[in-house]
Amino acid sequence: MARLIRTEKEVEGRYEEVWLVVEEDALEQWPAGPRDVVGRPATRIDGLERARGEAVYTADLKLPGMLHAAVLRSPFAHARVRSIDLEPALALPGVHAAIGPGDIDQLETECGYQGAPVAAVCADTYEQARAAVAAIEVDWEQLEVVADPDDAVARGQLIGEPRERARGDFAAGLAEADVVVEGEYRTQVVLHNSMETHQSVVQWVGDTLEVYISTQYIWGIRNELSESLGLPGDDIRVVCHYMGGGFGSKNDAGDYTYIAIALASRANRPVRCALTRREENLASGNRNATIQRLTIGAKADGTLTALGGEYVNATGWGGWSSPVEGPMQQLYSCPNVKTTTYAAKINQPPMKAFRAPGFVEGTFGLESLLDVLAAKLGIDPLELRRLNYAAHDPADDRPFSGKNLLECYRRAEPHWNRRHEVRARSTETIKRGVGMASQIWYGGGGPPSYAWVRVGGDGRATVVTAMQDIGTGTRTAMAQIAAEELGLPLDRVNVSLGDSARGPFASISAGSSTTPSMGPAVRAAAADAKRQIIEIAAQLHDLEERVLDIRNGNVVSADGSLNSPVEKVVGLLESAQILGQGARGPNPTGMQVLTFGVQVAEVAVDVETGEVWVERVAAIHDVGRVINPLGAQSQIEGGIIQGIGHTLSERRLHDPNTGQILTTTLDAYKLPTIADVPEIVSELVDEPDGHLTNLGSKGLGEPPIVPTAAAISNAVRDATGAEVHELPISREEMLRALKEAKERERAAAPAGV
Amino acid sequence: MPEVKVNGHVYEARSPVGTTLADVLRDELSLTGTKVACGEGHCGACTVLVDGAPTLSCITLAHALNGAEVTTIEGLRTHRMVQSFVRADALQCGFCTPGQIVSAVALVETKRDPSSEEIRHAMSGNLCRCGAYPKIEEAIRTWRD
Repeated sequence: MARLIRTEKEVEGRYEEVWLVVEEDALEQWPAGPRDVVGRPATRIDGLERARGEAVYTADLKLPGMLHAAVLRSPFAHARVRSIDLEPALALPGVHAAIGPGDIDQLETECGYQGAPVAAVCADTYEQARAAVAAIEVDWEQLEVVADPDDAVARGQLIGEPRERARGDFAAGLAEADVVVEGEYRTQVVLHNSMETHQSVVQWVGDTLEVYISTQYIWGIRNELSESLGLPGDDIRVVCHYMGGGFGSKNDAGDYTYIAIALASRANRPVRCALTRREENLASGNRNATIQRLTIGAKADGTLTALGGEYVNATGWGGWSSPVEGPMQQLYSCPNVKTTTYAAKINQPPMKAFRAPGFVEGTFGLESLLDVLAAKLGIDPLELRRLNYAAHDPADDRPFSGKNLLECYRRAEPHWNRRHEVRARSTETIKRGVGMASQIWYGGGGPPSYAWVRVGGDGRATVVTAMQDIGTGTRTAMAQIAAEELGLPLDRVNVSLGDSARGPFASISAGSSTTPSMGPAVRAAAADAKRQIIEIAAQLHDLEERVLDIRNGNVVSADGSLNSPVEKVVGLLESAQILGQGARGPNPTGMQVLTFGVQVAEVAVDVETGEVWVERVAAIHDVGRVINPLGAQSQIEGGIIQGIGHTLSERRLHDPNTGQILTTTLDAYKLPTIADVPEIVSELVDEPDGHLTNLGSKGLGEPPIVPTAAAISNAVRDATGAEVHELPISREEMLRALKEAKERERAAAPAGV
Repeated sequence: MPEVKVNGHVYEARSPVGTTLADVLRDELSLTGTKVACGEGHCGACTVLVDGAPTLSCITLAHALNGAEVTTIEGLRTHRMVQSFVRADALQCGFCTPGQIVSAVALVETKRDPSSEEIRHAMSGNLCRCGAYPKIEEAIRTWRD
């Protein structure tokens, strides 16, 4: 039965209260452990078309008569357009239309960052459009640049109000402490740099606006455009069958889509607007830099008494304030916690969500300082974390729907115990060490989400839903869930997704929510179809429904008397089909749904050059039931590798005086390569969350990147005694930390020695 | 009109002088399996074989090929390396994958059983932002299975 509820909805750590119509989740969870299909490794059902280059991405789409857009972007970090003349552009060959400030909201006269869009042109070829953009005459007035986040906070130049979160009495907690440690940590700007740049191809077909876009949320684009353009939602069709990576940066329509729509409307032709790699590095979002000033107080026995943090998100000219204080608020049991988070509005490109936004940065600061505390107390770092384990959500006192962090710690022990042997492999100049860090993040998903399942006379099934597969293996996981419930082999289940006009509402592929949001709806739809097949089979064979089941493509009876292929039953319908529908049920009331884990990193540090290598990472995560162990392993490896880039090599540089971005190409911005990959060992607890949906599955997209930087920096500390305070751990930062450690050692040595 | 030999067929390229091989393949011949992710030779997504050697098509001019034989992912669709990538789960979003497979084929055509070191050396010019690298190494190590 449909039920109207008021509930909290979480995406990427941001909560909002919404009204929802939810349907009861009537299905019992499957018992824990691998089943016929679910829980067993499956290769991607769309692997072949991607590998053979047959999959058509937005970048590959060529519509008849399609024009190409180019965008004029601000060359300055802060400037005003005094006047602009589009006429010289319109006079050039091949040009069909041009737009500027005033034509659409996304093109403005005040530009707060280098790369802000000002005007755009469409032409027969991209080269013609580029030439036309270069011909646009702009009279610029340069304005004062504020690029330093602390400076912006001091001026009160903020996005939103500072976020204050407190429980207990922080000052009293500090007074109670036997040991207090303090530290300032800084993280850098990191870019998503998805291999397929942000882009859209749009065309009008009658009254319908068709938008082909590289996106993580086709239905969200539909709704956003419906609202902003004043069009009925059903007059907008958003399509994304394959997309080349997003990592949080492709959740909304983006200025390129609005530019393409405006130009397509003026030119009466389809228009592609695609960012170049250099534009991608300027204007497509980023993980913003942070400054974290942290304090931890503890009793001599290791019990935490106070946690305090002043956080500055260097948010950029727009965006939102990521939950960088989240780990401090929620990871450990501590009665007195006080955090303040500022979002500094500076003349830098706006941030966007990037794989566990805030928690990656906040975990680096908190877990680094916690190891400093452990050393001061003389307590084993793993033991210190166990001592302060939170049995319920410390931030709001709610019980967890499921939490197996202690089990993760237990399974981490063999990896943690390698540290004596690893350290022993150090030489005079190459020091080795082991570090660990805990992981906490969201990933419970939520309603609403819907799916349909159709079963044809040939005994094959198709899952239909308006979701998208951003490369995480969603098609495969959904096919596994449907196959399991229907009792069909995996190769008899297809998944039709990626088109907002061909399927019911489906949720965003962000916030580690795809599997936990969509999976239960797919299972419910498959169960509805199965129920109908069994009803027909019961009538056909004159048996009771309750003794019938479907296994491995056959309708079977409990006593074994019936074992007949599904197509014999469904085939009676000839061209007609069985149609099942399903909805995602509500999340458990009054419970906190989170993911947990731990990573143990082994590093080598050249103390002469400051070079750091990661040699091994062991990852143990708790995300409830695992649908596809093979895909899950790939997700973990990918997250850790992105985390290694974040920790050791990636950094967007800018000139602090002018705000100019200095790294806009893939040779200047250093992504990890295959040669940078360490040995990675991954393990999942694979215990269904008994309170969460008919699956007990949480998301795994983000958790693996959360603790990597902290585990590596703690390993560096273990190897060298040097305390890293800044990401990336460049040679410069490493040598600074080594020098500081040496001075500290000298100061601590008894006089005269 | 220069002739361009692609996957065993001979085409007369109509694109003007100065057009890259990647643009001729994708725009003129509609062979969109070859991807362009950076357009300046930094990422390896556009890798094709020119007379068997891995070549960045986004910074190669079509008119400079002088009759060389070009092989794209479309010409390698039946190669065992493709199946090996799928089997090892060596792809996530898949955008860099055709370029990875072309580079991997070039490697194993010269060295049937490359060592881990050789794989890492030969493949270090092909970026994968999803981080499928461990599985890519596995796919190349096990391509004949």
